[in-house]
Amino acid sequence: MDDVATEPTVEPTTADAADELIEDELLVEEISIDGMCGVY
Amino acid sequence: MLGRRLALDPNVALRPEPFGALAYHYGTRRLVFLKHPDVVRVVQALGDHDSVAATLTACAIAEARWPSFVAALSALADSGVLHEPALIS
Amino acid sequence: MSPRSLVEQLKGGLDAPICLTWELTYACNLACVHCLSSSGRRDRRELTTAEAIAVLDELRALQVFYVNLGGGEPMLRRDFFELVTYAVHNGIGVKFSTNGTYLDATAARRLATMDYLDVQISLDGVDGPTNDHVRGVGSYTAARRAMDHLADAGFGPFKISVVVTRHNVDQLDEFKALADGYGAQLRVTRLRPSGRGADSWAELHPTNDQQRQIYHWLLGHGDGVLTGDSFFHLNALGEPLPGLNMCGAGRVVCLIDPIGDVYACPFVIHDEFKAGSVRDPGGFTHIWRDSDLFRDLRQPQSAGACASCGSYDACQGGCMAAKFFTGLALDGPDPECVDGHGETLLAAAGATAGATPRPAMDHSRPGAQPVALTRR
Repeated sequence: MDDVATEPTVEPTTADAADELIEDELLVEEISIDGMCGVY
Repeated sequence: MLGRRLALDPNVALRPEPFGALAYHYGTRRLVFLKHPDVVRVVQALGDHDSVAATLTACAIAEARWPSFVAALSALADSGVLHEPALIS
Repeated sequence: MSPRSLVEQLKGGLDAPICLTWELTYACNLACVHCLSSSGRRDRRELTTAEAIAVLDELRALQVFYVNLGGGEPMLRRDFFELVTYAVHNGIGVKFSTNGTYLDATAARRLATMDYLDVQISLDGVDGPTNDHVRGVGSYTAARRAMDHLADAGFGPFKISVVVTRHNVDQLDEFKALADGYGAQLRVTRLRPSGRGADSWAELHPTNDQQRQIYHWLLGHGDGVLTGDSFFHLNALGEPLPGLNMCGAGRVVCLIDPIGDVYACPFVIHDEFKAGSVRDPGGFTHIWRDSDLFRDLRQPQSAGACASCGSYDACQGGCMAAKFFTGLALDGPDPECVDGHGETLLAAAGATAGATPRPAMDHSRPGAQPVALTRR
Protein backbone atom coordinates (compact mmCIF):
# COMPACT_ATOMS: atom_id res chain seq x y z
CA MET A 1 0.00 0.00 0.00
CA ASP A 2 1.40 3.31 -1.01
CA ASP A 3 0.43 6.11 1.32
CA VAL A 4 3.78 7.77 1.28
CA ALA A 5 2.38 10.59 -0.83
CA THR A 6 0.05 11.63 2.02
CA GLU A 7 2.93 12.48 4.31
CA PRO A 8 5.78 14.76 3.40
CA THR A 9 9.10 13.06 3.91
CA VAL A 10 11.64 15.28 5.57
CA GLU A 11 15.23 14.18 5.97
CA PRO A 12 16.14 14.95 9.57
CA THR A 13 19.27 16.96 10.21
CA THR A 14 21.91 15.38 12.39
CA ALA A 15 20.80 17.43 15.39
CA ASP A 16 17.15 16.47 14.91
CA ALA A 17 18.08 12.82 14.62
CA ALA A 18 19.96 13.03 17.89
CA ASP A 19 17.03 14.77 19.53
CA GLU A 20 14.64 12.10 18.31
CA LEU A 21 16.87 9.45 19.84
CA ILE A 22 17.02 11.35 23.08
CA GLU A 23 13.30 11.71 23.38
CA ASP A 24 12.87 7.96 23.21
CA GLU A 25 15.43 7.25 25.90
CA LEU A 26 15.83 8.08 29.51
CA LEU A 27 18.34 10.84 29.90
CA VAL A 28 19.60 9.52 33.21
CA GLU A 29 20.44 6.02 34.37
CA GLU A 30 21.28 4.80 37.82
CA ILE A 31 24.26 2.48 38.10
CA SER A 32 24.44 -0.10 40.82
CA ILE A 33 27.36 1.21 42.84
CA ASP A 34 28.55 -2.30 43.45
CA GLY A 35 28.03 -3.18 39.83
CA MET A 36 31.50 -3.00 38.42
CA CYS A 37 33.89 -5.87 38.45
CA GLY A 38 37.46 -5.28 39.43
CA VAL A 39 37.24 -4.13 43.02
CA TYR A 40 37.08 -6.16 46.25
CA MET B 1 7.11 19.24 38.18
CA LEU B 2 7.61 22.24 35.94
CA GLY B 3 6.75 24.61 38.76
CA ARG B 4 9.05 22.96 41.31
CA ARG B 5 12.15 24.68 42.53
CA LEU B 6 15.03 22.21 42.64
CA ALA B 7 18.78 22.20 43.08
CA LEU B 8 21.65 19.76 43.20
CA ASP B 9 21.78 18.15 46.65
CA PRO B 10 24.89 19.36 48.49
CA ASN B 11 25.81 15.72 49.21
CA VAL B 12 26.21 15.08 45.49
CA ALA B 13 29.40 15.35 43.45
CA LEU B 14 28.77 16.07 39.79
CA ARG B 15 31.70 15.04 37.64
CA PRO B 16 31.53 16.08 33.97
CA GLU B 17 32.49 13.46 31.41
CA PRO B 18 32.70 13.71 27.62
CA PHE B 19 29.30 12.05 27.31
CA GLY B 20 27.54 13.99 30.04
CA ALA B 21 28.32 13.48 33.70
CA LEU B 22 28.46 11.11 36.64
CA ALA B 23 26.64 12.13 39.80
CA TYR B 24 27.59 10.40 43.05
CA HIS B 25 25.58 10.85 46.24
CA TYR B 26 27.93 10.52 49.19
CA GLY B 27 25.10 9.86 51.60
CA THR B 28 23.24 7.12 49.75
CA ARG B 29 26.31 5.85 47.83
CA ARG B 30 24.20 5.90 44.67
CA LEU B 31 25.72 6.68 41.30
CA VAL B 32 23.77 8.13 38.41
CA PHE B 33 24.84 8.54 34.83
CA LEU B 34 23.63 11.74 33.15
CA LYS B 35 23.62 10.78 29.52
CA HIS B 36 23.64 14.08 27.67
CA PRO B 37 25.50 17.37 28.18
CA ASP B 38 22.20 19.28 28.01
CA VAL B 39 20.92 17.43 31.08
CA VAL B 40 24.13 18.37 32.87
CA ARG B 41 23.69 22.05 31.97
CA VAL B 42 20.12 22.02 33.21
CA VAL B 43 21.04 20.30 36.49
CA GLN B 44 23.81 22.82 37.09
CA ALA B 45 21.48 25.73 36.35
CA LEU B 46 18.54 24.61 38.50
CA GLY B 47 19.79 26.38 41.60
CA ASP B 48 19.82 29.71 39.78
CA HIS B 49 16.16 29.66 38.78
CA ASP B 50 12.83 29.57 40.57
CA SER B 51 11.37 26.68 38.65
CA VAL B 52 12.19 23.79 36.41
CA ALA B 53 10.37 25.52 33.57
CA ALA B 54 12.42 28.68 34.00
CA THR B 55 15.59 26.61 34.00
CA LEU B 56 14.68 24.74 30.84
CA THR B 57 13.86 28.02 29.12
CA ALA B 58 17.07 29.66 30.27
CA CYS B 59 19.03 26.65 28.99
CA ALA B 60 17.35 26.95 25.58
CA ILE B 61 15.85 23.49 25.70
CA ALA B 62 13.24 23.16 22.95
CA GLU B 63 9.76 22.58 24.39
CA ALA B 64 9.39 19.38 22.40
CA ARG B 65 12.14 17.92 24.56
CA TRP B 66 10.68 19.05 27.91
CA PRO B 67 8.86 15.78 28.67
CA SER B 68 12.07 13.76 28.57
CA PHE B 69 13.85 16.37 30.69
CA VAL B 70 11.01 16.37 33.21
CA ALA B 71 11.24 12.58 33.39
CA ALA B 72 14.98 12.77 33.97
CA LEU B 73 14.70 15.47 36.65
CA SER B 74 11.96 13.49 38.40
CA ALA B 75 14.21 10.43 38.48
CA LEU B 76 17.04 12.55 39.87
CA ALA B 77 14.79 14.02 42.53
CA ASP B 78 13.51 10.56 43.49
CA SER B 79 17.05 9.26 43.91
CA GLY B 80 18.12 12.22 46.01
CA VAL B 81 20.48 13.81 43.47
CA LEU B 82 18.18 16.85 43.40
CA HIS B 83 16.42 18.38 46.36
CA GLU B 84 14.17 21.32 47.11
CA PRO B 85 16.42 24.00 48.51
CA ALA B 86 15.37 25.98 51.57
CA LEU B 87 13.90 29.32 50.58
CA ILE B 88 16.08 32.30 51.34
CA SER B 89 14.00 35.39 51.85
CA MET C 1 25.38 13.67 19.61
CA SER C 2 23.81 10.28 19.85
CA PRO C 3 24.12 8.85 23.34
CA ARG C 4 26.05 5.56 23.42
CA SER C 5 24.88 2.98 25.88
CA LEU C 6 26.24 3.31 29.38
CA VAL C 7 28.29 0.13 29.12
CA GLU C 8 29.84 1.20 25.81
CA GLN C 9 30.85 4.52 27.32
CA LEU C 10 32.42 2.83 30.33
CA LYS C 11 34.27 0.23 28.28
CA GLY C 12 35.96 3.08 26.48
CA GLY C 13 37.33 4.31 29.77
CA LEU C 14 36.72 7.46 31.79
CA ASP C 15 38.99 10.43 32.47
CA ALA C 16 39.13 9.28 36.10
CA PRO C 17 38.19 6.06 37.86
CA ILE C 18 34.76 5.88 39.46
CA CYS C 19 36.43 4.15 42.38
CA LEU C 20 39.51 2.02 42.82
CA THR C 21 40.97 -0.62 45.07
CA TRP C 22 43.96 0.36 47.13
CA GLU C 23 45.81 -2.35 48.98
CA LEU C 24 47.47 -0.46 51.79
CA THR C 25 49.83 -3.20 52.95
CA TYR C 26 50.94 -6.75 52.22
CA ALA C 27 51.12 -7.36 55.94
CA CYS C 28 48.44 -9.63 57.31
CA ASN C 29 47.91 -11.63 60.45
CA LEU C 30 46.01 -14.30 58.54
CA ALA C 31 47.10 -16.69 55.78
CA CYS C 32 43.91 -17.39 53.84
CA VAL C 33 44.50 -20.12 51.28
CA HIS C 34 42.93 -18.12 48.46
CA CYS C 35 44.44 -14.69 49.19
CA LEU C 36 44.39 -12.73 45.94
CA SER C 37 47.40 -10.67 46.99
CA SER C 38 49.48 -13.50 48.55
CA SER C 39 49.74 -11.34 51.66
CA GLY C 40 51.47 -12.00 54.96
CA ARG C 41 54.74 -10.11 55.23
CA ARG C 42 54.95 -6.33 54.99
CA ASP C 43 56.96 -5.16 51.99
CA ARG C 44 59.62 -2.66 53.10
CA ARG C 45 59.04 -0.68 49.90
CA GLU C 46 55.53 0.22 51.15
CA LEU C 47 54.34 3.74 50.40
CA THR C 48 55.15 6.13 53.23
CA THR C 49 52.38 8.13 54.87
CA ALA C 50 53.47 11.18 52.87
CA GLU C 51 53.34 9.21 49.63
CA ALA C 52 49.91 7.85 50.50
CA ILE C 53 48.62 11.36 51.25
CA ALA C 54 49.99 12.48 47.88
CA VAL C 55 48.01 9.71 46.19
CA LEU C 56 44.86 10.82 48.00
CA ASP C 57 45.50 14.38 46.83
CA GLU C 58 45.66 13.11 43.24
CA LEU C 59 42.46 11.12 43.69
CA ARG C 60 40.72 14.19 45.07
CA ALA C 61 41.83 16.26 42.09
CA LEU C 62 40.56 13.53 39.77
CA GLN C 63 37.28 13.46 41.68
CA VAL C 64 37.48 9.75 42.32
CA PHE C 65 34.29 9.14 44.29
CA TYR C 66 35.56 6.52 46.70
CA VAL C 67 38.38 4.10 47.43
CA ASN C 68 38.14 0.46 48.48
CA LEU C 69 40.94 -0.06 50.98
CA GLY C 70 42.28 -3.52 51.59
CA GLY C 71 45.50 -5.45 51.65
CA GLY C 72 46.65 -7.71 53.39
CA GLU C 73 44.98 -6.36 56.50
CA PRO C 74 44.67 -2.58 56.12
CA MET C 75 44.26 -1.95 59.84
CA LEU C 76 47.84 -3.12 60.27
CA ARG C 77 49.03 0.18 58.80
CA ARG C 78 49.94 2.42 61.73
CA ASP C 79 48.56 5.38 59.78
CA PHE C 80 45.31 3.61 58.92
CA PHE C 81 43.00 6.06 60.71
CA GLU C 82 45.06 9.03 59.57
CA LEU C 83 44.67 8.00 55.93
CA VAL C 84 40.99 7.17 56.27
CA THR C 85 40.28 10.49 57.98
CA TYR C 86 42.25 12.40 55.36
CA ALA C 87 40.33 10.70 52.59
CA VAL C 88 36.84 11.40 53.94
CA HIS C 89 37.77 15.00 54.78
CA ASN C 90 38.81 15.47 51.17
CA GLY C 91 35.65 14.25 49.53
CA ILE C 92 36.82 10.71 48.90
CA GLY C 93 34.48 8.07 50.32
CA VAL C 94 36.12 5.08 51.96
CA LYS C 95 35.03 1.48 51.93
CA PHE C 96 37.48 -0.81 53.62
CA SER C 97 37.72 -4.55 53.73
CA THR C 98 39.04 -6.20 56.89
CA ASN C 99 39.30 -9.59 58.58
CA GLY C 100 38.13 -7.85 61.75
CA THR C 101 40.98 -8.93 64.05
CA TYR C 102 41.87 -5.32 64.92
CA LEU C 103 38.33 -3.96 64.82
CA ASP C 104 37.94 -3.85 68.60
CA ALA C 105 35.34 -1.91 70.56
CA THR C 106 37.41 1.28 70.51
CA ALA C 107 37.98 1.10 66.77
CA ALA C 108 34.30 0.38 66.19
CA ARG C 109 33.26 3.44 68.17
CA ARG C 110 35.77 5.57 66.29
CA LEU C 111 34.52 4.27 62.94
CA ALA C 112 30.94 4.92 64.00
CA THR C 113 31.68 8.64 64.27
CA MET C 114 32.97 8.86 60.72
CA ASP C 115 30.93 9.80 57.70
CA TYR C 116 31.32 8.56 54.12
CA LEU C 117 32.82 5.35 55.40
CA ASP C 118 31.70 1.76 54.82
CA VAL C 119 33.14 -1.36 56.41
CA GLN C 120 33.25 -4.82 54.88
CA ILE C 121 34.09 -7.84 57.04
CA SER C 122 35.40 -10.92 55.23
CA LEU C 123 33.78 -14.24 56.08
CA ASP C 124 33.85 -17.47 54.09
CA GLY C 125 31.71 -19.76 56.21
CA VAL C 126 28.68 -19.45 58.50
CA ASP C 127 30.38 -21.56 61.12
CA GLY C 128 33.88 -21.85 62.52
CA PRO C 129 34.93 -25.03 60.74
CA THR C 130 33.79 -23.95 57.26
CA ASN C 131 35.28 -20.50 57.56
CA ASP C 132 38.51 -21.40 59.30
CA HIS C 133 39.17 -24.19 56.78
CA VAL C 134 39.96 -21.40 54.28
CA ARG C 135 40.89 -18.45 56.47
CA GLY C 136 42.67 -20.09 59.40
CA VAL C 137 41.97 -21.03 63.01
CA GLY C 138 40.38 -18.21 64.96
CA SER C 139 39.40 -16.12 61.95
CA TYR C 140 35.68 -16.86 62.27
CA THR C 141 35.67 -15.74 65.88
CA ALA C 142 37.59 -12.59 65.04
CA ALA C 143 35.17 -11.68 62.24
CA ARG C 144 32.05 -12.26 64.36
CA ARG C 145 33.55 -10.28 67.21
CA ALA C 146 34.21 -7.36 64.87
CA MET C 147 30.62 -7.49 63.67
CA ASP C 148 29.39 -7.46 67.26
CA HIS C 149 31.61 -4.47 68.04
CA LEU C 150 30.19 -2.57 65.07
CA ALA C 151 26.67 -3.42 66.16
CA ASP C 152 27.35 -2.37 69.75
CA ALA C 153 28.88 0.89 68.60
CA GLY C 154 25.83 1.75 66.53
CA PHE C 155 27.90 1.86 63.35
CA GLY C 156 24.89 1.10 61.21
CA PRO C 157 24.78 -1.22 58.22
CA PHE C 158 28.11 -2.83 57.40
CA LYS C 159 28.86 -5.43 54.73
CA ILE C 160 29.72 -9.10 55.10
CA SER C 161 31.80 -10.19 52.14
CA VAL C 162 31.94 -13.85 51.15
CA VAL C 163 34.12 -15.49 48.53
CA VAL C 164 31.99 -18.31 47.19
CA THR C 165 33.74 -21.67 47.24
CA ARG C 166 32.85 -25.30 46.76
CA HIS C 167 32.49 -25.59 50.51
CA ASN C 168 30.17 -22.68 51.25
CA VAL C 169 27.83 -22.69 48.25
CA ASP C 170 25.21 -24.52 50.32
CA GLN C 171 25.38 -21.82 53.01
CA LEU C 172 24.08 -18.90 50.97
CA ASP C 173 20.73 -18.81 52.74
CA GLU C 174 22.46 -18.89 56.11
CA PHE C 175 24.83 -16.10 55.07
CA LYS C 176 21.80 -14.02 54.14
CA ALA C 177 20.19 -14.73 57.50
CA LEU C 178 23.40 -13.81 59.30
CA ALA C 179 23.57 -10.50 57.48
CA ASP C 180 19.87 -9.83 58.08
CA GLY C 181 20.37 -10.50 61.77
CA TYR C 182 22.92 -7.68 61.96
CA GLY C 183 21.02 -5.38 59.61
CA ALA C 184 24.09 -5.79 57.42
CA GLN C 185 24.36 -6.20 53.68
CA LEU C 186 25.57 -9.47 52.21
CA ARG C 187 28.13 -9.43 49.46
CA VAL C 188 29.08 -12.64 47.63
CA THR C 189 31.96 -12.57 45.17
CA ARG C 190 33.65 -14.89 42.75
CA LEU C 191 36.82 -16.76 43.63
CA ARG C 192 39.58 -16.10 41.12
CA PRO C 193 42.77 -18.17 40.71
CA SER C 194 44.83 -15.14 41.77
CA GLY C 195 47.61 -14.90 44.33
CA ARG C 196 47.48 -17.95 46.57
CA GLY C 197 44.16 -18.68 44.88
CA ALA C 198 46.16 -20.14 42.00
CA ASP C 199 47.17 -23.06 44.20
CA SER C 200 43.84 -23.59 45.93
CA TRP C 201 41.71 -23.03 42.83
CA ALA C 202 41.37 -26.67 41.82
CA GLU C 203 40.08 -27.60 45.27
CA LEU C 204 37.95 -24.54 45.99
CA HIS C 205 36.32 -23.29 42.83
CA PRO C 206 32.64 -24.16 42.46
CA THR C 207 31.69 -27.03 40.19
CA ASN C 208 29.58 -26.30 37.13
CA ASP C 209 26.49 -27.56 38.97
CA GLN C 210 27.31 -25.27 41.86
CA GLN C 211 27.65 -22.34 39.47
CA ARG C 212 24.09 -22.98 38.36
CA GLN C 213 23.13 -23.10 42.02
CA ILE C 214 24.77 -19.71 42.62
CA TYR C 215 23.14 -18.19 39.55
CA HIS C 216 19.66 -19.36 40.49
CA TRP C 217 20.11 -18.34 44.10
CA LEU C 218 21.09 -14.84 43.03
CA LEU C 219 18.10 -14.61 40.70
CA GLY C 220 15.71 -15.91 43.31
CA HIS C 221 17.05 -14.57 46.58
CA GLY C 222 19.62 -12.04 45.60
CA ASP C 223 17.56 -8.95 46.22
CA GLY C 224 19.77 -6.64 48.17
CA VAL C 225 22.72 -9.03 47.89
CA LEU C 226 25.75 -7.41 46.30
CA THR C 227 28.03 -9.33 43.98
CA GLY C 228 30.63 -6.81 42.92
CA ASP C 229 29.33 -7.72 39.49
CA SER C 230 31.77 -10.61 39.68
CA PHE C 231 29.43 -13.30 38.35
CA PHE C 232 28.68 -11.84 34.94
CA HIS C 233 30.17 -14.94 33.31
CA LEU C 234 27.09 -16.76 34.60
CA ASN C 235 24.79 -14.63 32.49
CA ALA C 236 25.17 -17.19 29.73
CA LEU C 237 22.76 -19.28 31.81
CA GLY C 238 19.81 -17.02 31.10
CA GLU C 239 18.36 -13.75 32.32
CA PRO C 240 21.26 -11.43 33.19
CA LEU C 241 22.09 -10.77 36.81
CA PRO C 242 21.78 -7.17 37.97
CA GLY C 243 24.83 -5.01 37.40
CA LEU C 244 26.85 -3.59 34.57
CA ASN C 245 28.06 -7.04 33.55
CA MET C 246 31.35 -5.83 32.25
CA CYS C 247 34.97 -5.95 33.30
CA GLY C 248 35.85 -2.61 34.81
CA ALA C 249 39.59 -3.21 35.03
CA GLY C 250 41.58 -0.32 33.62
CA ARG C 251 38.37 1.28 32.39
CA VAL C 252 36.46 2.45 35.42
CA VAL C 253 38.48 0.92 38.25
CA CYS C 254 42.02 -0.29 38.95
CA LEU C 255 44.36 -1.31 41.77
CA ILE C 256 47.07 0.61 43.59
CA ASP C 257 49.20 -1.90 45.48
CA PRO C 258 51.09 -1.35 48.76
CA ILE C 259 54.33 -0.34 47.01
CA GLY C 260 52.57 2.06 44.64
CA ASP C 261 52.35 -0.15 41.59
CA VAL C 262 49.21 0.26 39.54
CA TYR C 263 47.51 -2.81 38.09
CA ALA C 264 44.35 -3.23 36.05
CA CYS C 265 42.59 -4.82 39.02
CA PRO C 266 43.41 -6.60 42.30
CA PHE C 267 43.05 -10.02 40.67
CA VAL C 268 45.86 -9.50 38.15
CA ILE C 269 48.92 -8.61 40.18
CA HIS C 270 51.33 -9.61 37.41
CA ASP C 271 53.65 -7.71 35.06
CA GLU C 272 51.33 -8.45 32.17
CA PHE C 273 48.71 -6.19 33.81
CA LYS C 274 50.95 -3.63 35.45
CA ALA C 275 50.34 -0.10 34.17
CA GLY C 276 53.07 1.75 36.09
CA SER C 277 53.98 3.11 39.51
CA VAL C 278 52.60 6.14 41.35
CA ARG C 279 56.23 6.94 42.14
CA ASP C 280 56.93 7.58 38.44
CA PRO C 281 56.76 11.14 37.07
CA GLY C 282 53.15 12.05 36.45
CA GLY C 283 51.98 9.89 39.32
CA PHE C 284 48.71 8.03 39.26
CA THR C 285 46.99 10.51 36.95
CA HIS C 286 49.43 9.94 34.13
CA ILE C 287 49.10 6.19 34.47
CA TRP C 288 45.31 6.27 34.48
CA ARG C 289 45.08 8.50 31.44
CA ASP C 290 48.09 7.52 29.35
CA SER C 291 49.56 4.15 30.24
CA ASP C 292 49.89 1.70 27.36
CA LEU C 293 48.07 -1.01 29.29
CA PHE C 294 45.00 1.04 30.09
CA ARG C 295 44.86 2.47 26.57
CA ASP C 296 44.88 -1.10 25.27
CA LEU C 297 42.16 -2.23 27.65
CA ARG C 298 39.95 0.66 26.54
CA GLN C 299 40.07 -0.47 22.93
CA PRO C 300 37.24 -2.74 21.80
CA GLN C 301 38.18 -6.24 22.91
CA SER C 302 38.21 -9.16 20.52
CA ALA C 303 35.82 -12.03 21.17
CA GLY C 304 38.44 -14.27 19.57
CA ALA C 305 37.57 -17.92 20.00
CA CYS C 306 34.24 -16.94 21.54
CA ALA C 307 33.09 -14.96 18.51
CA SER C 308 30.90 -17.73 17.15
CA CYS C 309 29.34 -18.56 20.50
CA GLY C 310 25.81 -17.33 21.04
CA SER C 311 26.51 -16.71 24.72
CA TYR C 312 29.30 -14.16 24.21
CA ASP C 313 27.03 -11.12 24.36
CA ALA C 314 25.82 -12.27 27.76
CA CYS C 315 29.05 -13.51 29.32
CA GLN C 316 31.56 -11.19 27.61
CA GLY C 317 34.08 -14.04 27.66
CA GLY C 318 34.26 -13.91 31.44
CA CYS C 319 37.14 -12.75 33.61
CA MET C 320 40.61 -12.02 32.28
CA ALA C 321 42.19 -12.84 35.64
CA ALA C 322 40.56 -16.27 35.65
CA LYS C 323 41.78 -16.91 32.13
CA PHE C 324 45.27 -15.58 32.65
CA PHE C 325 46.12 -17.51 35.78
CA THR C 326 44.75 -20.80 34.43
CA GLY C 327 46.87 -20.38 31.30
CA LEU C 328 43.96 -19.74 28.96
CA ALA C 329 44.01 -17.18 26.15
CA LEU C 330 42.46 -13.82 27.01
CA ASP C 331 40.40 -13.87 23.82
CA GLY C 332 38.74 -17.18 24.53
CA PRO C 333 36.54 -18.87 27.09
CA ASP C 334 36.71 -18.42 30.84
CA PRO C 335 37.91 -21.52 32.76
CA GLU C 336 34.46 -21.64 34.33
CA CYS C 337 32.58 -21.06 31.08
CA VAL C 338 29.12 -22.41 31.84
CA ASP C 339 29.00 -24.15 28.47
CA GLY C 340 32.16 -26.05 29.34
CA HIS C 341 34.34 -24.51 26.63
CA GLY C 342 37.00 -23.51 29.14
CA GLU C 343 37.15 -26.94 30.73
CA THR C 344 37.58 -28.52 27.29
CA LEU C 345 40.57 -26.31 26.53
CA LEU C 346 42.14 -26.91 29.94
CA ALA C 347 41.76 -30.68 29.57
CA ALA C 348 43.26 -30.60 26.10
CA ALA C 349 46.16 -28.48 27.28
CA GLY C 350 46.68 -30.61 30.38
CA ALA C 351 49.50 -32.95 29.45
CA THR C 352 51.42 -30.50 27.30
CA ALA C 353 50.78 -27.32 29.27
CA GLY C 354 53.73 -25.31 30.47
CA ALA C 355 53.63 -23.70 33.88
CA THR C 356 50.75 -21.25 34.26
CA PRO C 357 51.69 -17.65 35.08
CA ARG C 358 52.71 -17.06 38.67
CA PRO C 359 51.75 -14.00 40.74
CA ALA C 360 54.24 -11.11 40.53
CA MET C 361 55.21 -11.28 44.17
CA ASP C 362 54.62 -13.58 47.09
CA HIS C 363 54.41 -11.99 50.51
CA SER C 364 53.20 -15.16 52.20
CA ARG C 365 54.71 -15.73 55.61
CA PRO C 366 56.98 -18.79 55.45
CA GLY C 367 55.97 -19.88 58.92
CA ALA C 368 52.26 -19.90 58.11
CA GLN C 369 51.32 -23.45 57.22
CA PRO C 370 48.85 -23.76 54.38
CA VAL C 371 45.48 -24.88 55.65
CA ALA C 372 44.97 -28.53 54.76
CA LEU C 373 42.66 -28.61 51.77
CA THR C 374 40.61 -31.59 52.73
CA ARG C 375 36.92 -31.62 53.64
CA ARG C 376 36.45 -31.22 57.35
